[in-house]
Amino acid sequence: MATENSLSPEARSILGSRISRRAVLAGAGGLGAAGLLAACGSGGDSASAESTVRWGNWPLYLDFDEETKTYPTLVKFTEQTGIEAKYFEDYNDNDEFYGKVQAQLKLGEDIGYDVVTPTDWMAARWLRLGYTQKFDLANIPNAGNILDSLASPSYDPQRESTLTWQGIMSGFGWNTEKNPKGIRTLDDLFAPQNKGKIVVLSEMRDTIGIILLAQGVDPESVTEAQYMNAVDFMAKKIADGWIRGVKGNEYAEDLTSGDATAVIGWSGDMFILASENEGKFDFAIPESGGTISGDNLMIPSTASAEGKANGEKMINYYYDPVVAAEVAAYVNYVCPVKGAQAEMEKIAPELATSEYIFPTEKTSSRLHVFRSLTPAEETTWAEAFQKAQGN
Amino acid sequence: MKIGKARVPYLLLLPGFAFLFTFFILPIINLAQTSTQTPVAGGDTGEYEQSFAFSNYINAFVDNREQFGRSFLYATLATIFALAIAYPLAYAIAFKSGKFKNILLVLVVAPFFTSFLLRTVAWKQILGEEGFVVPTLRSLHVISEQTTLTSTAFAVVAGMTYNFLPFMTLPLYASLERIDPRTIEAAGDLYANGLTTFRRVTVPLSMPGVVAGTLLTFIPAAGDYVNAAILGSPNTKMIGNVIESRYFKIVDYPTAAALSFTLMAAILILVTLYIRKAGTEELV
Repeated sequence: MATENSLSPEARSILGSRISRRAVLAGAGGLGAAGLLAACGSGGDSASAESTVRWGNWPLYLDFDEETKTYPTLVKFTEQTGIEAKYFEDYNDNDEFYGKVQAQLKLGEDIGYDVVTPTDWMAARWLRLGYTQKFDLANIPNAGNILDSLASPSYDPQRESTLTWQGIMSGFGWNTEKNPKGIRTLDDLFAPQNKGKIVVLSEMRDTIGIILLAQGVDPESVTEAQYMNAVDFMAKKIADGWIRGVKGNEYAEDLTSGDATAVIGWSGDMFILASENEGKFDFAIPESGGTISGDNLMIPSTASAEGKANGEKMINYYYDPVVAAEVAAYVNYVCPVKGAQAEMEKIAPELATSEYIFPTEKTSSRLHVFRSLTPAEETTWAEAFQKAQGN
Repeated sequence: MKIGKARVPYLLLLPGFAFLFTFFILPIINLAQTSTQTPVAGGDTGEYEQSFAFSNYINAFVDNREQFGRSFLYATLATIFALAIAYPLAYAIAFKSGKFKNILLVLVVAPFFTSFLLRTVAWKQILGEEGFVVPTLRSLHVISEQTTLTSTAFAVVAGMTYNFLPFMTLPLYASLERIDPRTIEAAGDLYANGLTTFRRVTVPLSMPGVVAGTLLTFIPAAGDYVNAAILGSPNTKMIGNVIESRYFKIVDYPTAAALSFTLMAAILILVTLYIRKAGTEELV
């Protein structure tokens, strides 16, 4: 879940503390529930000298029990292993998180996390710069459970330092009352009834990826000229008043408040929005194809040996299909673990057939990955994308 | 050891100076160093080296002059609106509120008890499609069906006006409250009517409050990015948003630093000119 928005992490954590989880799911969650749930992973500060693992993850990205205010799977992990898990929902934005810890990583000082969860392209940057540690796979026997389609990404072909936490599909989301026929193409998106009420994702690879696909370009092999062409398309739609905002999770808030009627958004968010608003919203992968990316569990170079070992045990735990199914039933993103679908049938059969959580081969074939960029491209492409949105 | 009397003031300055040195001077030096760096050839994203590229400043300014202009325009508008709202408010509290004075003052400060961000998000909901403002204005045919209030310059300026209103109100109140009522009575005795008294006595005596209030509103408003981020659209981005995006999204630290310095310099110049003109002898 790649949340990008324009506030600093500190700002967002202040804001987050007022939003109840339910409100967030209902769509008020634009600004994230960052600080709200931080550090209550094991349900309190019971242990002091016990061994711990500190995990920085995106908001609303782990099963959460509203009544007890705990994360059931994490509690079970602590019960099973005696390792206290400190869970921080403060990974709000790839760039911001990187900006926050980059100086310490460079100096080799503890960044305060033993496990972090960056999106593919950011994970690639960490790997390039040597900011991660290779797994001791003896601690992660479940690593082999990763879906074949995710097993060898270009940035870590053997999955030696990263494992997918969840996969994220992006596509079109819409208000079914304003768009009764649904949205399948860019023309549907930019239909008159949506003028000025369209929000697209601030995650460049998702928004531009979908535009590229609609223009017949595969984001897996996009050239700079093709990319700039797609950015120009977006800039024009902004200048002409079609697109009202380029946002992270706030688009969900805009949809529920009626300020937005159609979006380029993420499957998991839309899935939750739809179920909480009795079908007022829907999601589809564009006819020309959608994008898929993943957030990766990895161990920063600055984690201690103990933190690393505990982190590996935790990653192993979450690659157990039973646990993975429990998480997927809650977060509704693409589950990366083999066997989780069978487990899901036992706990929530209606979700076991969900294309959003367990995409079929046919669906997967319509999802595309944005190619990895060189450092120079990363800067100029990001600059173009930012300029198009007025920055 | 006996501390000489002459040294006491310096010792008292020490904590403040140490604080400012660590948290203001050092970061400023660091920022200055960053602002003239260029990317390392073949380096990774975010790797920069010093090359005294002062052209960074020119590029940063030329590329973003639109957002600079917008920042100062919005900040000026917000300051004017805040003054227009706060002056009568402060006047009423200072002269006409009687026993409610303290309650009214608390009410002015009360928004400070909630987070700045919360208040801004609340505005988003107030001005949103499903708030009460938009449907009301629509039914009164003040705005058309297509017009929205969020994601507009109007929303950004309104948000800034509201958020900085207490900074305007309090200094105004402080200087109005200090006006000796006998000066006003004296004006009456000299056959000045209400308006003349206000214009010739009250306003000049409240000028320190006006100057302080406008500065306290304008300076943070010019650098503000929260209102534009939450209430604005891509067409209402301010310089603060550009700096944020340069720093976090593009990982272009030099440009972000150069923009920050340019903003600081621009504010400093404008404020100096303003103070020169308005006079600060009695700044509160």
